[in-house]
Amino acid sequence: MRYIRPLSIEDAVGELAKAVGPAAILAGGSDLLVRMKGGFIEPELIVDIKAIGGLADITETADGFRIGAAVPCAVLGENKAVRKAWPGVVEAANLIGSKQVQGRCTITGNLCNASPAADSVPALVAAGAKAVVAGPSGKRTIAVESVPTGPGRTSLAKGEIIEAILLDKRPVHAGDAYLRFIPRTEMDIAVVSAGVNLTLDDKGAIKTARVALGAAAPTVLLVEEAGQVLVGSKLDEATLERLAKICSGACRPIDDKRGTIEFRRKVAGVLAQRAAAIAYKRAGGK
Amino acid sequence: MNFDPRFTGRKFSSVGTRPLRPDGIDKVTGRARYGADFNMAGQLVGRILRSPHAHAVIKSIDTSKAEKLAGVKAVITAKDLPDLTDGDAAMYDILDNSMARKKALYDGHAVAAVAAIDARIARQALKLIEVDYEVLPHVTDVDEAAHHHAPLINDQVFTEGLEEKPAKPSNITKRTQFGHGDVHKGFAEADFVIERSFKTEQTHQGYIEPHACVASVNPDGTADLWVCTQGHFVYRQHCAQLLGLEASKLRVTSSEIGGGFGGKTHVWAEPVALALSRKAGRPVKLVMTRDEVFRASGPTSATSIDVRIGAKKDGTITAAEATLRYSCGPYAGSWAEIGAMTAFACYKLENVKTVGFEVLVNRPKTAAYRAPSAPMAAFAVESSIDELAREIGMDAVDFRIKNAAQEGTRASYGPVYGPIGIGPTLEAVKKHPHMKAPLKANQGRGMACGFWFNFGGQTCVDLNIGMDGSVSLAVGTVDVGGSRASLSLVAAEELGIDYSQLKAIVADTSSLGYNDMTDGSRGTFSSSMATISAARNAILILRDRAAQMWDIPVEDVVWEKGHAIAKGEKYGNLSPLSLKDIAAKSGTTGGPIAGHSELVADGAGVSFATHICDIEVDPETGATRVIRYTVVQDAGKAVHPTYVEGQYQGGAAQGIGWALNEEYIYGKDGRLQNAGFLDYRIPVCSDLPMIDTQILEIPNPNHPYGVRGVGETSIVPPLAAIANAVSNAVGVRMTHIPMSPPRILAALDAEREG
Repeated sequence: MRYIRPLSIEDAVGELAKAVGPAAILAGGSDLLVRMKGGFIEPELIVDIKAIGGLADITETADGFRIGAAVPCAVLGENKAVRKAWPGVVEAANLIGSKQVQGRCTITGNLCNASPAADSVPALVAAGAKAVVAGPSGKRTIAVESVPTGPGRTSLAKGEIIEAILLDKRPVHAGDAYLRFIPRTEMDIAVVSAGVNLTLDDKGAIKTARVALGAAAPTVLLVEEAGQVLVGSKLDEATLERLAKICSGACRPIDDKRGTIEFRRKVAGVLAQRAAAIAYKRAGGK
Repeated sequence: MNFDPRFTGRKFSSVGTRPLRPDGIDKVTGRARYGADFNMAGQLVGRILRSPHAHAVIKSIDTSKAEKLAGVKAVITAKDLPDLTDGDAAMYDILDNSMARKKALYDGHAVAAVAAIDARIARQALKLIEVDYEVLPHVTDVDEAAHHHAPLINDQVFTEGLEEKPAKPSNITKRTQFGHGDVHKGFAEADFVIERSFKTEQTHQGYIEPHACVASVNPDGTADLWVCTQGHFVYRQHCAQLLGLEASKLRVTSSEIGGGFGGKTHVWAEPVALALSRKAGRPVKLVMTRDEVFRASGPTSATSIDVRIGAKKDGTITAAEATLRYSCGPYAGSWAEIGAMTAFACYKLENVKTVGFEVLVNRPKTAAYRAPSAPMAAFAVESSIDELAREIGMDAVDFRIKNAAQEGTRASYGPVYGPIGIGPTLEAVKKHPHMKAPLKANQGRGMACGFWFNFGGQTCVDLNIGMDGSVSLAVGTVDVGGSRASLSLVAAEELGIDYSQLKAIVADTSSLGYNDMTDGSRGTFSSSMATISAARNAILILRDRAAQMWDIPVEDVVWEKGHAIAKGEKYGNLSPLSLKDIAAKSGTTGGPIAGHSELVADGAGVSFATHICDIEVDPETGATRVIRYTVVQDAGKAVHPTYVEGQYQGGAAQGIGWALNEEYIYGKDGRLQNAGFLDYRIPVCSDLPMIDTQILEIPNPNHPYGVRGVGETSIVPPLAAIANAVSNAVGVRMTHIPMSPPRILAALDAEREG
């Protein structure tokens, strides 16, 4: 096994592109090292991206935020500006693993691990976050929901690295929220989860809405119909009921060690309602 | 050995205080040596190859490629552990469980092992071992396995305990029955009868420290084993028998233990490590991974239990009956039998009958887990008792008080009780402020009782007094919960010296006589009895030495408050001699001063507990949260109250995990789906409230201080207490443990749909 710590994204991309055997990218390592220790993967090349300039930084730009791929979730959680603008994304990132894990893990890693149960991903999808991909043929910016294609699989080509996640600047009346269901209080993986992102008009009615569900299908789901049903409403009871019904219906869950199909369907709707209520309140709705 | 174990009421100066434990500093600074912390020069890394199949004939094993890999020093299969068990069926099962001989009987069953110079090579070597399996149909569910169409796990099993030997083999190894009176007559007299069926899933003890050992076998037939165990003397016996060693030539040293809860009372990997070392000619270290711990060690039984209880309008129980089916893994056990004995032990019953069936399944060999078999039986019985109280219209506590067993009651499992604590724990619960605390919406309160036998057994202690007057205490029961502190208090009490003057250790098997293992809540009960005896023997010598120093008859010397005192006015001018004074002169008065004790600690007092639990249920998701929990339990005498409370809290915490989320989940392929702490969900700290405790002290008449075992009983009531709380919170009676959110939500939905 070869471990390298390149100083530029070009070098990292180059090494990954010419790798012959299995290669892995190391940021926090909270997925990679566990999988290696468990004997599930034996990479021949490990590319540590933490020394690449800018990847450990959170930058506030004219358009919003740029969160480097090596920014640990705990650091993200301590960034006041991001926390204020995107509380749902930050709370999702700070649910991953444990306090210790949060000191290492990253939202980019969470996205690229491509687990349907990844905590930060439904919040990022609801937020309309974008991923900046660097690869052998240059850079491109894509919607985060287009990254995972199935459990453990991504749309990234050989040699490609996500170098940052972009979040938009927030208008005045905006709020997001993320909720997951776990049988315990922490140190667990979502049985099902929901992220909701709303903006309101001046009268407090919902202007735009995005709803995403986790652990409800092979990938995190963006439920566009659920967003549409919220638009124009002030989150009255009838709307919330329709929201739950749409979310439950959009699920394509499985029975497994973490939960049943029936449970995931039902609770997806409940969590979407509750997350919508929190996001609405955060946006200033009453 | 003239030792009178009877209880004598006395005042204590050391016993009942709460000093720091002697092993505390090492544990909080990371200096304590656990199983995997032992190392030897030249040691190899041992790894075990495990069956991926739940049930398969091992047609052949080809180890040649693995043996040729550079760095591999030994590869073994069952051939390297020949059968020396000489007709001892229980030992044969342990041997076969350590290394499958003809069939792999569960996912995770060991089939071969390697010793190599490092872990990477050992892992590679495992991949080079070729096992040719013929996969057989399997069965993992206890009810399916008991069915006559189920795949047979062992075609030589014909159910024992039936009036006639059955014509066909089955997966039911044994039927047992307990009780007295006439239940038909009793049910005929009942105004109300409750009949329910319950299931509990399999759980693991969940100790944080995986099984670990270092084995070193010498060519001269001697061997050493350093191991994390609850009973190094028992491990020595088992390993010596399985390896063909002489017991006294195998020295076993127990490490500190990161939890056992019954799961470290059996050998699994140790015979394999010894066989690897014997073949390689070098020490071998073998540490199980967490995945191996789940797949191949522990767990407790999965159960299926039917209960029927009848009572009169006035609340008198007229009859009680239960049929209990417990999974044993693929080897015979007595787990249902213990469940059948404990099920109704809390109650005074005229007519009672319990029947247990031991059921073989393609799962790991069932091991003891803290009051083994009792929590499941208590779950079924105490849930039914609550329902019956409701039918009658009686308060759940009053109904239990009315029917509680007392001194003189004939227990449902046979014996007649002496002074016991079930009534007092119920009365204490009735008065406890917890019972009157207000509840909010979706919150409910439940309570339940539990019983455990406790055990005494063979015990040996050495107490040595140094020339400086300090005292070392060598015990042979592994310290799983603070017993070194408790036993030091007991020795300090007897000798009349300060706790700080003592240091207790757990001696290895070559330094002390045989001790049964730390199980059955016997550690402090039995070793304190032996410590008292050893201290009294030492005092005999101390008095004799004082008499020599004073040149007076020993009969005139008494021992009080750590001093020899010359009794009688004629000795008025002799000042008392302290233990230190006498020890300082020991070299010239007859040599070292020591007290020894070897005894069988009979008369372990039975133990009872009553728990109260408040729970909140989210009716939309089925999520639960334990918001308040109180344990009331009889300790006989709490030697070190902090560690007694720790046992109460630990048992309750494990019971809460078992009740709510812990379970072995098998796929249709017979493979364990959740062999890790991520998906085998034991509670984390933030899942639990502070668990309140109340210690009752109803002296055990068979111990000088009145001590009873305390370690196990506290895991017995939680399953039922929580089920009763859920029922009171949201009106659904959960009959399947764990009461995980999907199960609770499904029950709520079924209730809402009517």
